[in-house]
Amino acid sequence: MLSALYACLFYAAAAVWLAGVGWRVLQYARVPAPLRIPTTPAPMTHAGAAARVAREVVLFESLFRSNKWIWLFGWMFHVALALVLVRHLRYFIEPVWGWVAFAQPFGVYAGFALVAGLAGLWARRFLVERIRYISTWSDHLMLALLLAIGLSGLAMKYVAHTDIVGLKEFVRGLIVFDWQPLPADPLLLIHLSLVLVLMVVFPASKLLHAPGVFFSPSRNQPDDSRERRHLAAWARD
Amino acid sequence: MAQAAVKAPPLKEYPVIPILAPGAMAASKPFAASEKMNEALGFPGKLPEDWKERALAKMDELLEKYRSFRVYLDACVHCGACTDKCHYFLGTGDPKNMPVARQDLLRKVYRRYFTFAGKWFPKLVGAEDLTEEVLEDWFKYFNQCSECRRCSVFCPYGIDTAEITMAAREIMNAVGMGQKYTNEIIGKVHKIGNNLGLPPRALADTLETLEEEIKEETGVDVKLPLDQKGAEVILITPSADFFAEPHVYSLIGYAKVFHAAGISWTLSSHASEAANFGIFIGSYEQMKKVAMRVREATLELGAKRLVVGECGHAWRVAYSFWNTLIGPFDFLDPRYPAPQHVCELTHDLLRRGAIRLDREKNDHRVVTFHDSCNVARGAGMGGVPGGQFTIPRDLIRASCNHFHDMAPETILESTYCCGGGGGLLSDEILDLRVKGALPRMEALKQVVDAHGVNFMAMICAICKAQFTKVVPYYEFDMSMVGGVHQLVGDAIRLGELH
Repeated sequence: MLSALYACLFYAAAAVWLAGVGWRVLQYARVPAPLRIPTTPAPMTHAGAAARVAREVVLFESLFRSNKWIWLFGWMFHVALALVLVRHLRYFIEPVWGWVAFAQPFGVYAGFALVAGLAGLWARRFLVERIRYISTWSDHLMLALLLAIGLSGLAMKYVAHTDIVGLKEFVRGLIVFDWQPLPADPLLLIHLSLVLVLMVVFPASKLLHAPGVFFSPSRNQPDDSRERRHLAAWARD
Repeated sequence: MAQAAVKAPPLKEYPVIPILAPGAMAASKPFAASEKMNEALGFPGKLPEDWKERALAKMDELLEKYRSFRVYLDACVHCGACTDKCHYFLGTGDPKNMPVARQDLLRKVYRRYFTFAGKWFPKLVGAEDLTEEVLEDWFKYFNQCSECRRCSVFCPYGIDTAEITMAAREIMNAVGMGQKYTNEIIGKVHKIGNNLGLPPRALADTLETLEEEIKEETGVDVKLPLDQKGAEVILITPSADFFAEPHVYSLIGYAKVFHAAGISWTLSSHASEAANFGIFIGSYEQMKKVAMRVREATLELGAKRLVVGECGHAWRVAYSFWNTLIGPFDFLDPRYPAPQHVCELTHDLLRRGAIRLDREKNDHRVVTFHDSCNVARGAGMGGVPGGQFTIPRDLIRASCNHFHDMAPETILESTYCCGGGGGLLSDEILDLRVKGALPRMEALKQVVDAHGVNFMAMICAICKAQFTKVVPYYEFDMSMVGGVHQLVGDAIRLGELH
């Protein structure tokens, strides 16, 4: 019963996430950028612009120039999240790929960095007057949600171990539509429920910055307006 | 006419991020455009009955037309990186002048009507109905943004508040809430050919007088030709260059450069204005219409090189948008296939030895350079990234012996706006302009104290007009404001050529 419920919820959440994010990405890609507006100085070539976006995505280059504290906490959180996600791949694949196994120990410690980064980011929302002013309920709740996911995950590793083998069977079953029982461990259920919430909220929230950063004209456009005309369809006579 | 008291904040030794002062600038707003001015540009004269539907329809239209608008409205995470980057916030402390808060004035309406979360959980995500109060707030605070893009440099997603401000102004214009300064001026350009409403006859007279003045001072017949067919170069320059000070000294500088290099050139009465205020109100259509005069004039006069004078936003439009708006430029000399900045032209001549500069002529000056926002962050020069920083500085260094840059966090792409850009160069909002100049004034004070700087060079007509007006509030002399080609013009060797 419980397993069936969670299985259905996961399919639904995955569908919402895929459709929601896919729809948004489609919109971003479809809407034209009628004028060249890279923040200059900008690379003159597409390859250069791609490298600029890559630096933003991987290193948070602009944020680093802007504010070292936000960069520190934000970058720490995101890198940790990436490692933790890589680590979680082991619950989806069998046999576990070599590089995932290699990242395993880092992923464990990254859990702490993830929580620390989130805590730092959240503290700023209370301690820095300017950021307190711009913070909305959803800003706080998003941090609370992520923090709860992180903490419940860590708890399963360090406080009360869950039946990880059982979980893996459940997850593998989901993928091939062959439902297996889900271990009825409260911590695990909390962790999974919060992840479900995150997936559903994603396409309707500021988490759209993740696809958005790739579509930002001020970053992804090369400075080639002298060489090329960029007439949008709606701007033609 | 009631005018707000103009008060300059004290200059601090080190820049300090102000404590929030909510509502500090809530009384600051520009004059509204008259019905006639709005209608001349095809906008409704005043707020129509169905303003709300029209405003939302316009927003919907812009969301379909501009990827920047759509992505930037979604992508902000309220990280706060931009909160201390706007000169208007630093000068006023009004939290609505923090870039993210300014964007949110519009974003909250976008969320309410165009997103799932805002439709169903408005309180949660800070979504709000579009009301007349909201519109009033827009009119105030989207007219406290100079579209300088400094915030976009520091945003992790490159969110450019200028794009949001332009959209907001477009929406306001669509419901008859135009701003007088910009809309009146665009009307003048269409009707007379330049921002100042200077008719061709008066322009010809002005140029003649200038020729006489140069002759008197140098003994050389330096010409300022107007509407001369067959000239090699057509120069498009801001109309302020024709008679405002210190702008006119740069115009004299360009003329001397052309003379010394032996290049035939002309100004155009049809396109006697480089400025293009269409960008300030975000209107593609107006921007294109204003720019089209340049194409027409160039073709009519048969010029083969298109050169733009010292004007910041004009250079952004020329460099980044002209090719798209009024290109292709297949009629230009293939050696100079794109519009050039006058600094690029002079730099090229200098490098080739076609002009000579005597630095000693400027020995009475200790110079610094103010990077103008639209040149620094919205355009380029010389075909290499950052050319817009090195080329003007090369010219200054070749024109004078004493040059000192201001603090690194206040120049190049991190430069601070003069406080009067983006269509805000209007006297009813002088208080805002003075306060917005604070970060630049603090940086200037440092080099004045440390190096005895007595001349701040720049390549923007709005910067020049703004600074001559506001530096006295900070106890600087307005004669320290001037153009790069003013320095070039004072140093250039006329007569004994090549």
